[in-house]
Amino acid sequence: MMWLLLGLIALVVAFAPLPAQFVAPQARTFQVDARQFAYSPSELKVNPGDTVTIQLVSTDVVHGLYLDGYDISVQADPGQTATLTFIADKPGSFRFRCNVTCGAMHPFMIGKLTVGTNDWLYRSVGLAVLAAAGSVAYFAFHSHHENTQHATPNT
Amino acid sequence: MELTSNKFVKGLLLNRYPQYTVFIVMLAGYIFAILAGLIGTPVGSRNFSIVFVWIAWWAILILVAVPFFGRGWCAVCPIPLPGEWFQRGAVLSPPDKKPKRLNLRWPKALRNIWLQNVSFLLLALFSGVLLTTPNITGIVLAAMLFTAIGLSAIFERRAFCRYLCPVGGFIGLYSQTAPIELRIKDKQVCAACVGKPCYNGNENGYGCPWDVFPGGLTKNTYCGLCMECIRTCPHDNIAINLRPFSADLAKPSTRMDEAFKAFIMLAAAMIYAGVLLGPWGALKDAAYNVGASAWFIYAIIFLAIIFLVLPGLFTLGILKTKSALPLKRRFASLATALIPLGLMFWIAFSLSFVLTNAAYIFASLSDPLGLGWNLFGAANAAWQPMLTSILAPAQTLALVGGLIWSARTAQKAASEIKTSSIPVVAFCFITTLVMLWLLL
Repeated sequence: MMWLLLGLIALVVAFAPLPAQFVAPQARTFQVDARQFAYSPSELKVNPGDTVTIQLVSTDVVHGLYLDGYDISVQADPGQTATLTFIADKPGSFRFRCNVTCGAMHPFMIGKLTVGTNDWLYRSVGLAVLAAAGSVAYFAFHSHHENTQHATPNT
Repeated sequence: MELTSNKFVKGLLLNRYPQYTVFIVMLAGYIFAILAGLIGTPVGSRNFSIVFVWIAWWAILILVAVPFFGRGWCAVCPIPLPGEWFQRGAVLSPPDKKPKRLNLRWPKALRNIWLQNVSFLLLALFSGVLLTTPNITGIVLAAMLFTAIGLSAIFERRAFCRYLCPVGGFIGLYSQTAPIELRIKDKQVCAACVGKPCYNGNENGYGCPWDVFPGGLTKNTYCGLCMECIRTCPHDNIAINLRPFSADLAKPSTRMDEAFKAFIMLAAAMIYAGVLLGPWGALKDAAYNVGASAWFIYAIIFLAIIFLVLPGLFTLGILKTKSALPLKRRFASLATALIPLGLMFWIAFSLSFVLTNAAYIFASLSDPLGLGWNLFGAANAAWQPMLTSILAPAQTLALVGGLIWSARTAQKAASEIKTSSIPVVAFCFITTLVMLWLLL
C-alpha cells in the first residue's frame, strides 16, 4: 500500500504540469568559439520562444555544432564563422556537440543549452528526495511491523 | 530456479566446443583490435579498437552482461586464453600428462583485489588518452594479453584474472547484483567428496582456474563462470541458478579492498560524467594532456575524491552511529550499499556515452582500420546520436532506481551489523544529486 502511494506521488512529481513563466520572446545572439575540444562559452541560457542565433567561430580545425533535441547542426571552417538560427521552442536542457571529427577528444567536445528552466533536473531531484525519504520511511515501517509481529506470540 | 536442470543448457555447458567457439571469435576480435590500434587510423572515432572496445564492448558489458549475467563476460573473455593454453599444455580437454610449469602459488599478501584497484585507477587516470587514442588502446590491450601469459607461466591458475585484471575487479564487485549464480546443490556431497576434483581437476576438466573451492561459494565475486567445476564434479552437484537481483548483498562484505573498490567505481563514474560529458573544456584538457601540470592536478583531485572526499564523508556519516562493531568493520560492511548505486551510476553515464557515439560502430565495421575501405557500404555514414529524447528519463530512472536499490541494501547491511542505515542512505542521496546535476 505504501509503495503504491509513493508510486503515485512519483508520477505526480515526474509528470504534473508546472506553471509556465511567460517571458516575452526576444532575439538572442551568441558568438561561440570552438577549439579542440571545447566551446566557449560552453553553457548558453535562453528563454522559451527566443529566436537564437549561434555564430560558431572555429579557432583551429574544422568544428561542428549539433544540438541534441532540436536535431540541427552547423559546421565552421578554421577561422571562419558559420551561423545557426532557430526558435528555442522546446524547453529543457540540451547538449550540443561537435559533429565533425576534430581530434582525439572529439566525442567529448560538448556544450549545454538551457531553454527556460531545466525542469527535468528539478523533477529528478524531487524523485530522488521521494526515493530516499520513502525508502527510509518504508523500511522503518516495515521493520517496526516485523518486530511487532515477532513480539506478539511472546506477549 | 536451476537452469542446469534443463538438459539442453547442461549439455551446452558440459561440452567444451560452444564455449571455445565463442572464445576463438573473441580472441580473433581482440587481436584485431590490437592490430587496428597499432596500425589503423589515429582518428579514434574511425578506428575499430576505440569504437569496438570503448563503445560496443563497453555498452554490452555495462548495460547487459554485468547487470544480467554477472561475470558472464569473464566466461568468454579471451585475455587468459593463450596463457592458459601454455599453462595447461592443452587447448581443450586436460592432457594425459601434465606439462612441467612453475605453477607457483600467488603471494599470500597479494591475495586480495588491491592490485586490481590500482590497475583500474591507472587506466582511469590515463583514460582521457586511453579512450581516444587508438595506439594507446592497442598497447594496453596487448600489455594485458602478455601480462596474462607471463603470469600463467609463473603462477598457477588464472592469476591475472583473479588478482590483476582492471576490469575483472569491478565485474566481480557488481556481479553480486546479477540474477544468476553458480552454486553447489548439497553441501554434504562436497564435504564427503574425495579428491575435490572441482578444485584440483580430473580427466573431465581443470581445477578451478579462479582458485575457488565451489563448495564454499557464497557470492559471485570471485567465480568466473568458466564452467570447469560443472565438468569435473563427479556428483552432478553444481548448478547454475536464476535468483533475485542482488541476492549476494544480503550478507555485507567485511573486506576493505572490496569496500574501496565500491568507492573507486562510484567516484570514477561521477568524475567521468563531469569530465567527459560535462561542458567544461578545461577539465577535458587536463584529463587529456598527460604529463602537463594540469594533468597532475587532475590526477591528485581524482585520487583525493576517491580516497579522501567520498570515504571521508561516508565515515563522518557513520561515525556517530551506535554499534558494537569497530568503525573499520562498519565502514566495510556499509559500503556494500554503494554497489548497486555505483552500477546504476555507470549505467546512467554509459547510456549517454554509448547512445551518442553508437553511430560510429557502423562506420567502423565498414572501414575498421580507417584505410578508406567500405566493406558494408556504411563507412561514410553520417554521425547521428541515437534516442537522445529518452536519454534524460532513462538516466533519471537508473539513478533514482539505484538510490532505492542502495537504500534497501543499506537497510539490510545495517540490520546485519545492528546499526542505523540513515547516514548511508543520506550519503547515497547526496551522491545521486551530484550525478543528476552532472548528467541532466
